[in-house]
Amino acid sequence: MKITSETVEYVAHLARLELAREEIDLYTNQLNSILDYMDALNRLDTQGIEPTSHPMPLNCVMRDDDIRESFTVEASTQNAPERIGSFFKVPPIIEVEE
Amino acid sequence: MEDLLKLNIIELSDLLKKREITSVELTNFYLERIKKYDQYIQSYLMVTGEKALDMAREANKRIEKGEAGRLEGIPLGIKDILCTKGMETTCASRILKGFIPPYDATVIKRLHGDGYVHLGRLNMDEFAMGSSTENSAYQVTKNPWALDRIPGGSSGGSAAATAAGLCVASLGTDTGGSIRQPAGLCGVVGMKPTYGRVSRYGLVAFASSLDQIGPLTRNVIDCAVVMNTIAGHDPLDSTSIPQPVPDYTEMLGRDIKGMRVGIPKEYFIQGIEPDVNQSVKEALSILERNGATIVDISLPHTEYAVATYYIICTAEASSNLARYDGVKYGLRVEGKDIIEMYKRTRFAGFGKEVKRRIILGTYVLSSGYYDAYYRKAGQVRTLIRRDFEEVFRTCDVIATPVSPTTAFKIGEKADDPLQMYLSDIFTIPVNLAGLPAISVPCGLDSSSLPIGLQIIGQPLDEARILQVAYVIEQEKKLKKIPDRYLT
Repeated sequence: MKITSETVEYVAHLARLELAREEIDLYTNQLNSILDYMDALNRLDTQGIEPTSHPMPLNCVMRDDDIRESFTVEASTQNAPERIGSFFKVPPIIEVEE
Repeated sequence: MEDLLKLNIIELSDLLKKREITSVELTNFYLERIKKYDQYIQSYLMVTGEKALDMAREANKRIEKGEAGRLEGIPLGIKDILCTKGMETTCASRILKGFIPPYDATVIKRLHGDGYVHLGRLNMDEFAMGSSTENSAYQVTKNPWALDRIPGGSSGGSAAATAAGLCVASLGTDTGGSIRQPAGLCGVVGMKPTYGRVSRYGLVAFASSLDQIGPLTRNVIDCAVVMNTIAGHDPLDSTSIPQPVPDYTEMLGRDIKGMRVGIPKEYFIQGIEPDVNQSVKEALSILERNGATIVDISLPHTEYAVATYYIICTAEASSNLARYDGVKYGLRVEGKDIIEMYKRTRFAGFGKEVKRRIILGTYVLSSGYYDAYYRKAGQVRTLIRRDFEEVFRTCDVIATPVSPTTAFKIGEKADDPLQMYLSDIFTIPVNLAGLPAISVPCGLDSSSLPIGLQIIGQPLDEARILQVAYVIEQEKKLKKIPDRYLT
């Protein structure tokens, strides 16, 4: 067993994901077998090999700093589940002491 | 009218320009077919009939003025992952239900510029994560050749609609085989272009270093015609390649004498169905008869590709999908504070496979495991890329099966993610290396299920793999649409 259900719960918290109890158990099992399968990579000696992050390296793509048309505030916020005027509305982030 | 299904886009464009048919008639023909057959196949998440007819009327006008674009009046279906201004785009996920993009993806803009007609958006695995389209939050699409079987995935809606004649052609996306595998399993042509050949701007991101958009069509000519429209540099995508686009139809019909076709021994392994093996071997002998030289090659790191891929794609996905937080768009489930709101929203909005991949991706990126998994996978990716660079010194294209099996039954692999992942074993290496590849039908198995041949090319060599695919198509003359959709 590479990972325990506690690991899955911890990782889910990092990913801001709530999971049901059954999901935690299911994923713990499945991820263990997937990670076992991934161990195959350790058979390869990769010392000194540069990792590939993009298959077609195009480095330092620049564009001119021109003023272009951009989305209006309305277009940018029209899909928000809740908004006030031109702002996204969210639950409290910083607790206020009363 | 059924004869219209046999025509390619160039022939349809001719009929439209000669006014033998109008785009409105052609569009109605497809809308009626969708009404008649899609209740069985369930390839469309939404049919935009009114919008389609509006676009068809505009097309008629432009044709009359002699201003027809390359796809003027041609009805296409679009995978539900490409942002389309003013039209709901959900990625087949509950978390994006009701999302109306305020802009068009670059490919949609290009299709517009060439006059296409938008029939609707096509089903897929949620966020393109899957190989069977069973992971859609909305419906299970059936394989038109056998309704109890999966159409492949993740572009299963695109492949099924194209195969059943419910659109002239469609667009899909391919991260680890999501165009080629469903195209193979549904008996249509599907191309994943070179990474960077088609702009990803407006494609809802799954794994950004692997994703590419491409066509699914009923014949090779249509694939080339759609590529002519969608390929090309786009300043809005910084990974887009600034190289000119050739006319992809130009090489079709040219002979392949002297072309060197590499056959990697690692792709003809145990576990490949005998009918698939047989059919692919026959296709290779067709190429040989047409003057190609078969070269035995080896891609020694093939066996590591699936593990490498599932580390990289889940890592990228966990990062890309962090944006679904209930703030800017899509679903929100309230909570006592913002963290609880995030967690509940993502719990309710994502399906099983998406959550599995977010957890795996977060794990392989987490401190203490990053080097062992993500960095290691990046290094093995380099080895896989080098394998291909090496063999392209001795061959011009590579030919392999698309999938080890034909379409499997709905539900068969749904509970075993690892088995599902392994069904993409032949398509995944191509994405890791960023190469172009095409899936072209090469036969049917003993149960009349389609088999696909994959032809892999060097970077930006799409024209050549189309040329090879065309040779197979012309010799095989396979049925495009199952008979039951022709009555």
